Amino acid sequence: MGPGTEGVMMAPESTATEKTPEESLRETMPAPILETRDLSIFYGKNEAVKKVSLPVPERRITAIIGPSGCGKSTLLRALNRMNEFIADVRMEGEVLYRGHNLYGKNVDPVEVRARIGMVFQKPNPFPKTIFQNVAWGPHINGLVPRRDLPELVERSLRQAGLWDEVKERLGESGLSLSGGQQQRLCIARALAMQPEIILMDEPASALDPVSTARIEDLLFELRERYTIVIVTHNMQQAARVSDYTAFMDLGVMEEFGETDQVFTRPRHERTEDYVTGRFG
Amino acid sequence: MTASEWRGVPNLVRRHRQSLWLRRLFKALTWLGVVLLAILLYRIARQGAGWVDWDFLTSFPSRFPVRAGIKSALAGTIWLIGLTALISIPVGVAAAVYLEEFSRPGRLKTFIEINIANLAGVPSIVYGILGLAIFVRGIALGRSVLAGALTMSLLILPVIIIAAREAIKAVPQSLRQGAMALGATRWQTVRHHVLPGALPGILTGVILALSRAIGETAPLIMIGALSYVAFVPEGPMDGFTALPIQIFNWTSRPQQEFHGLAAGGIIVLLVVLLLMNAAAVAIRHRFQRRR
Repeated sequence: MGPGTEGVMMAPESTATEKTPEESLRETMPAPILETRDLSIFYGKNEAVKKVSLPVPERRITAIIGPSGCGKSTLLRALNRMNEFIADVRMEGEVLYRGHNLYGKNVDPVEVRARIGMVFQKPNPFPKTIFQNVAWGPHINGLVPRRDLPELVERSLRQAGLWDEVKERLGESGLSLSGGQQQRLCIARALAMQPEIILMDEPASALDPVSTARIEDLLFELRERYTIVIVTHNMQQAARVSDYTAFMDLGVMEEFGETDQVFTRPRHERTEDYVTGRFG
Repeated sequence: MTASEWRGVPNLVRRHRQSLWLRRLFKALTWLGVVLLAILLYRIARQGAGWVDWDFLTSFPSRFPVRAGIKSALAGTIWLIGLTALISIPVGVAAAVYLEEFSRPGRLKTFIEINIANLAGVPSIVYGILGLAIFVRGIALGRSVLAGALTMSLLILPVIIIAAREAIKAVPQSLRQGAMALGATRWQTVRHHVLPGALPGILTGVILALSRAIGETAPLIMIGALSYVAFVPEGPMDGFTALPIQIFNWTSRPQQEFHGLAAGGIIVLLVVLLLMNAAAVAIRHRFQRRR
């Protein structure tokens, strides 16, 4: 599990002394709330993520792009310890949340997942009512007393831009909604946990263009209060919504920088090939 | 159709003919089963219908066919199946939940899985011997309805576990992930999402298993359930008899009247079975509507 945690957010990057652009980026970028250090993830013998050091700046949207199978989803799921349900997964390196290793000995993965929200590729509302979908997480975690749940549900649904569409039908099944609405319900469900960080794994890839646009609008509204990491294979989407972009290829993080820079002045040839559509 | 202008699909006529004949064959086989069952039911109904009345249900067995009834056997079967359900459903579902949701892959798990699969195929008489050795004599429960229910539970546990595991497996993984991503523990995920989703399938398995238990005779005879009982069990430690034993007893007598009684007993057994199935369907329906 690598060396112990320093508890320092802006630890000097001794290995990157020759790369001045990365150092200057570190200076302009907000302090990372979440950060991976030399993170490697293996499925059996296959190394899906190779020594990735990704900073996730606080209250910004960070996009992870790259071709299919490049390890971007695996990397994302490592950030809230969701890889642990897959048999035969092994990890090296660290994931630091405000300097604390999320994989430390006395860290409970349930607590990690309660504090770092996640939205999945395919909308996966529970086969329960709309109200229960949003209220369940806070309820089982004892975040608010039962009588405050209706208020929390309304607030979360409003934040997810779904309230006006469902306020008359909170007792209906979450599965009765359209695909785009279901995904916003899942976002509301994550928001109800009052997380600081929300991880999104291609949240719009199963949706039509109109629903996708709504999700992207929603991301803009959420960025002021939340730190968001979004995995996407849609480069236009990454360019539109994110502040920072990481480009991954074959398990390696080839490039990380401000989204503008990555898309207009990529530092690596491979990144340029990808963002200009020459492969992927 | 052999549109030669087109590229031409080879063997189309032959493939259609094959499809048609197989369709006819499958249909015939389906009907064969239905018809055989109908004949069986008809014969039993004709033979036994005259014997089934209120007196038949409320009288104890007797040497005289006119006075004989199945009160003790019916009560014994209800006791037996009730206790069996109470024992086997919690144990079976818990085992299935453990194997599917909690256990880690490894040799021990494989060992347990192989054993359960094999146990499902063990002849019921073997369970009878086991029940006799362990429950009747080993822990000295005697020939009680509890010993019978424990033996029956052993017999149907593999079926319940296998059915419940399949039902649990069928719950989409995305649901578990959604719940876990909200900070739910394994148990909370199982309790609120997996079990409700798997319930219809589990119920189907439970009903199939209990239906098997209700008709089993061999293990009961093995553990020494009585065949002439002129009382109704009042507690789990009382002696008992059951419908299939009573039916078996009657069919083995030479007098024609007793065969009628046996047919009447079969009708009662089938009705109990149908009621159980109906109850399961009702519960399942109610549960599915709530979601």
